[in-house]
Amino acid sequence: MKLTLERRQGYGQWTLLLTILGAVLVALAFGALLLLIVGVNPIEAYRLMFVGAFGSEFATVDTLVKASPLLLTGLGVSLALRANIWNIGAEGQLVMGGFAAAGVALFWSEWLPEPLLLPAVILAGFVGGALWGLIPALLKIFGGVNEIVSTLMLNYVAVLWVEYLFFDAWRDPRGFGFPGTAEFPRAAWLPRLTGQLHIGIIFGLIIAALIWFLLNRTTIGYEIRVQGKSPLSARYAGINVMRNLMLVMFLSGGIAGLAGMGEVAGISHRMQNGLAVGYGFTALIVAFLGRLSPPGVIVAAVFVAGLSVGSEQLQLSMNLPASFALILQGAVLLCIAAGDLFLRYRVRLNVRPPSQQMVAE
Amino acid sequence: MSDLSVEMIAITKTFSGVVANNSIDLTVRAGEIHALLGENGAGKSTLMKILAGAYQPDSGRILIKGREVNLHSPADALKQGIGMVYQHFMLVETMTVEENLLLGLHTVDLIPNRKKLRTEFESLSKQYGLDVPLDARVWQLSVGEKQRVEILRLLHRGADILILDEPTAVLTPQEAEQLGHALRQMMSLGKSVVLITHKLDEVMQFADRVTVLRSGENVVTVDTATTSPTQLARYMLGHEMARVQRAHEQTGDEIILRAQGLSALGDRGLRALSDLSFEIHKGEILGIAGVAGNGQRELAEVLAGLRPLQNGRVWIRDKDITRNSLDRTVSQYLGYVPEDRLHMGSVPGLAVSDNLILKSYRQKPFSRSSLLNFSAIKKFASRMVKHFNVVTSSVDTPIEKLSGGNIQKVILAREISIAPEAIIVSQPTRGLDVGAAEAVHRLLLEERKQGKAILLISEDLDELLLLSDRIMVLSGGVSMGTIPAAQADIDELGLMMTGVNRTSHQQMQSEGQMT
Repeated sequence: MKLTLERRQGYGQWTLLLTILGAVLVALAFGALLLLIVGVNPIEAYRLMFVGAFGSEFATVDTLVKASPLLLTGLGVSLALRANIWNIGAEGQLVMGGFAAAGVALFWSEWLPEPLLLPAVILAGFVGGALWGLIPALLKIFGGVNEIVSTLMLNYVAVLWVEYLFFDAWRDPRGFGFPGTAEFPRAAWLPRLTGQLHIGIIFGLIIAALIWFLLNRTTIGYEIRVQGKSPLSARYAGINVMRNLMLVMFLSGGIAGLAGMGEVAGISHRMQNGLAVGYGFTALIVAFLGRLSPPGVIVAAVFVAGLSVGSEQLQLSMNLPASFALILQGAVLLCIAAGDLFLRYRVRLNVRPPSQQMVAE
Repeated sequence: MSDLSVEMIAITKTFSGVVANNSIDLTVRAGEIHALLGENGAGKSTLMKILAGAYQPDSGRILIKGREVNLHSPADALKQGIGMVYQHFMLVETMTVEENLLLGLHTVDLIPNRKKLRTEFESLSKQYGLDVPLDARVWQLSVGEKQRVEILRLLHRGADILILDEPTAVLTPQEAEQLGHALRQMMSLGKSVVLITHKLDEVMQFADRVTVLRSGENVVTVDTATTSPTQLARYMLGHEMARVQRAHEQTGDEIILRAQGLSALGDRGLRALSDLSFEIHKGEILGIAGVAGNGQRELAEVLAGLRPLQNGRVWIRDKDITRNSLDRTVSQYLGYVPEDRLHMGSVPGLAVSDNLILKSYRQKPFSRSSLLNFSAIKKFASRMVKHFNVVTSSVDTPIEKLSGGNIQKVILAREISIAPEAIIVSQPTRGLDVGAAEAVHRLLLEERKQGKAILLISEDLDELLLLSDRIMVLSGGVSMGTIPAAQADIDELGLMMTGVNRTSHQQMQSEGQMT
């Protein structure tokens, strides 16, 4: 008896959905095992997590606050992946977006008319991330540098750069030694919907719609899909692969930059320690969980944000480390990746050894 | 105990319904060089991968030195003394030759006795005349040296039966000479060698016996001393001199596609096309014959603008479409059905309709100011699907769900729809079943009738003879001559494919008849 894998010719929407649900369930089961090991009733723990993430208006708002940077970075990463570009640098692009937004908010308010300040801050957030995203694209085109390596490494450059700023150059002298810039002028604050939830999440939803439109309704989106699925066909069709690479990385970085802008202009109203908390990395999980489709990424962002907010609840009421959320996130990503096997192959049980199989079969 | 080193009996192997090996018998004697000859897709590699343990047969038995064995993996096979050198070498480029020889060696201790092993490697390499620089890193080696490393590795692991897959395809004449020397040395030490090849001269030069496969079946096993290249070509190509007939209607006088002095490099940076010139008339199919890897793919890519030209020009009517770089305008003059229909000709994961506009999505009515017009695309796609009889559940179905024949029809539909006058078609029916192949043939003949100039590249001589008006034979990137298909002689074509120029083939032929 032997398990064999058989290549499938494509798969249906249902298989896809089942694989994702299956992957999430397996990951949760793995989490349950860990909970059992530390002596906690997993059902009770998962119930508490759910209540902690979505059980009250306060909890839901908290989840959405976390979901909005995840949505933006997740969209950016998934757009790049649709063109088969591995942008592992959303964290750095987020940080550089935050940096550019903070710079405009802090130093342009003196001469820019007040109503123009917020639009300038938003634009700066986008451009900051976009230019940072463009660097790996240029390195790839002109130096053949693998974008996985360059986007990853540029994260550290970006994070250290803003740390230098809020620990030193831009540090608020009246900040009682707290590492951060001065508070932005009110005109640079991103309007809030409720609690800490700012309009960044609406940007996320609009951008999701725009990306969907770009990919499915425009010629450039068509080219991006072609080159993402088959670089050889793109060359054959005469598609300008390099131009699209630059465009995609510019947009991908810019969208992640908007997430950073939202963090500084929407939540803390200053640039401070805690800007780089890993949204840009979690974005990869969000992108894959959402299967790189804009609607999928929206759902995935809320789910992953819920995991992390829910885990904070576990910490409070069951005294479990909040890093449980990270374990679950990791497990989800691994299971999604493993689930791809079932999309590409059909698993079959071969009962007889191959040498005894008859030709007629 | 017999002097038979390998006996494969009634080996059958199918891949998702396609029979690659159909009850093949093969015997290899101890101390012989046995050639396995056949066209691409004849089943040579499959059979040998079964012997090397990489594939399991569906049915059949394998005896090694008279004892029945079950080979479940290449490691199993090596235990029985069978080793295979693949066309694509299995070496770690960044490691040294010595490290590669050590890699995966199961007999060494945790900390290998490098000195002792090194002496073993050195004496083996001397014994067989397989010169390799043990301390060089593999990426620094020539192809011939890499091949020697592979052979040495197998010999060191005790292989008595070596399988070499197209060993001279990548070698310079000098390296091939050296390889031949090593092979004869192995033979004299009682080892057996199986050469997979589709080159006739290689068979005559190296082998003692030759087994010819065609369409997954063993046609014949003969001593090379009692056969001739002509005879072997006939076995391999499978024509008992009966030729498929087609009324060769008159072609037009107007020249549509003209190529002059084309020269280009192949993927490895070596000259792949040399000073090739031809013209194709209105309503004419020019067939390109040749053994795989003799410049056909490069020719197609050069014309389609996917490969830079070193020299030469291409015209369609009076329009010079020569380019040394990628240019999208070419697709407006020249359709191209590439041989890699799954990764170049079509985009897996995209719908049939998306695939149909791959070359025309920038044009009206499919897009207007960068916005795709779905109703126009769908309408066009439905029309194409209907007109070309593509079997698909809808135009939104991802293309990879279609059968090979229907994928090919989609590609043909697209290229025919964009190209007003000329089209290049490369291996259009490879891997297709008879019905689908016929449909493709009908389509091409219909296009010819409509006055298109068609360049047909194929390794299937039947196909070339059936469809072409004239056939040009390529060998080593050079034209061996062009013959009208109506007068084409299969023996002559076969010889030209092996590199015999048309003018000198008469001599070779009489030589063949003497033996």
